[in-house]
Amino acid sequence: MGTLIKKDLSSPTRPKITKQFFYRKVIPVLFVLPILLIHMTVVLGPSISSIYFSLTEWNGIGPAKFIGLANFQKITTDRQYIHAFQNNLIWLLFFLTIPIAMALIAASLIAPLKKGGLFFRAILFIPYILPSVITASIWKDLLHIDIGLGGVAARLGMPFLNIAYFGRTDTALLAAAFVDNWHWWGFLMVLFLTAMQSVPQELYDAAKIDGANRWNEFIHVTLPGIRPTLVFMLLMTGIWSFLAFDYVWITTQGGPAGASELLSILVFKNAFQRFNAGYAAAIGLTMSFFAGIIIGIFQILRKRGWEI
Amino acid sequence: MMRFLFPRRTSSLVPNYIIVLLLVIFAIGPLVILVFNSLKTPADAGRNLIGFPREIILSNYPRAWVVGQFGKTLPNTLILVAGTVVATLILSGMAAYSIAKLNLPGSGILTMYMLISSSLPIQLFLVPLFFLWRKLGLVNNLLGLIIIYVATNAPFSIFLLRSYMIQIPSDFEDAARVDGAGEWDVFQRVVVPLAWPAFLTVGLVVGLSVWNEYLLATVFLTKQELFTVVTSYYNFSTAYGGRDWGLTSAGAVMMIFPLVVLFLLMQRRFIEGLTQGGLKG
Repeated sequence: MGTLIKKDLSSPTRPKITKQFFYRKVIPVLFVLPILLIHMTVVLGPSISSIYFSLTEWNGIGPAKFIGLANFQKITTDRQYIHAFQNNLIWLLFFLTIPIAMALIAASLIAPLKKGGLFFRAILFIPYILPSVITASIWKDLLHIDIGLGGVAARLGMPFLNIAYFGRTDTALLAAAFVDNWHWWGFLMVLFLTAMQSVPQELYDAAKIDGANRWNEFIHVTLPGIRPTLVFMLLMTGIWSFLAFDYVWITTQGGPAGASELLSILVFKNAFQRFNAGYAAAIGLTMSFFAGIIIGIFQILRKRGWEI
Repeated sequence: MMRFLFPRRTSSLVPNYIIVLLLVIFAIGPLVILVFNSLKTPADAGRNLIGFPREIILSNYPRAWVVGQFGKTLPNTLILVAGTVVATLILSGMAAYSIAKLNLPGSGILTMYMLISSSLPIQLFLVPLFFLWRKLGLVNNLLGLIIIYVATNAPFSIFLLRSYMIQIPSDFEDAARVDGAGEWDVFQRVVVPLAWPAFLTVGLVVGLSVWNEYLLATVFLTKQELFTVVTSYYNFSTAYGGRDWGLTSAGAVMMIFPLVVLFLLMQRRFIEGLTQGGLKG
């Protein structure tokens, strides 16, 4: 519609084809150009050049020396890298299960509420809007040994819970994941809740007539009803799990003794503390590769006839 | 347990309320405790970080303002937020207008480019970007960081603005064009006023993300006088955390209080914008 009117307007007053070309093609491009140039300078250019830098030995300051695939060979034998990759897998497993389960349970409990639904939605969303440094510092206090929640547990007769969660090699990673999840699950819950509220009520009524209890309703009506959102968030969780950085860096910096190191932490340390910018670029590239694999798996499942 | 969670044939929602209230305590209990701790004396906090303050003191707040250097860092954060929001609304707004209303040639390719690039990890382009920015003199430069924020927020902003603008009927624009208005005037005088709710949503979401941003700010602003509220709080809390809990808690309350108030006032818009942003990656 818009184009037809524009054509009628411009043809009598501006008969020249060049002018028409200017109004139809050049002006729209001029509107997009500034943001596109900025985006290509910040994101596209450096992303592509990191492929080159991953093939070099480079301290980030002097000239980069081409060394072929040596960085990637180093990755295959780098204990730190392998350990960080395993931690990313643990992170993935954690975020594919715990936040998803919490968000599904909360959303399905809130969806039928006639009173307070909006209130709960807003309150449970609050942790998501907080800066990561604050969230981390709050939980460092709460999980403090003796004077934090551990101390409370000890007084209630559970002294085994009174430990320095961020300072032990066996709990540091999970403690960071727990903090990240505290801020994350409410966001997921709101997404699920929105999806659940668009499931037609008739389906629930029909299920009730068939004698379904709430568990049956959840399995046979709610879950299929929110499937696109659920699957999409599983996909995004998969991608983000290989990119996670903030919470681990802020709570433990990958410690103690590398116990909570993730791939992103290795990139950061190599690039900005150890001056191995070439190696950092190579690690960054593998992170994108793993995220790409997750997308690939979903594409294959979709082609196999999964409704995603 | 199953019968308690999913009782057969009763419409009682009491169990729902009980479980949801427990989750509410989980979500905001830590914030309540944070406020308690910000009112404690160091000795009181050092004994117990969970309960009520034995004696309420307010002096942690002015102390945190000074020690945490909020007077210096708040202007930096506000410049970053304002600069990024204004530039994003203008530049992403223009792009969204072009895609939604001007039959931009190749808009399909542009949309694909934005979709793919918005799922690229920061770590992929962080390292070369940092060294490029240093060459250009844009490290330790608020404008340099604003440019980066404008770029990283562009895909989300363009998608959200475009999807709103598409729904605006073209009649108003066409009337303006008949009156001889150029495309810039149409954008500025017709489309922006009509699409303001979307601009507001984008402004809130982008402003929040800049206010909270940590990784880029800590990499690109390394001079103390350029620290943002967030990066400076991180250093402050590592320096004082674990010994002066009242102080760090008061600093944290000052940082999140405006956020929480703004969120509660405009929660529908925030939630809408953030969930759409999340879905677009």
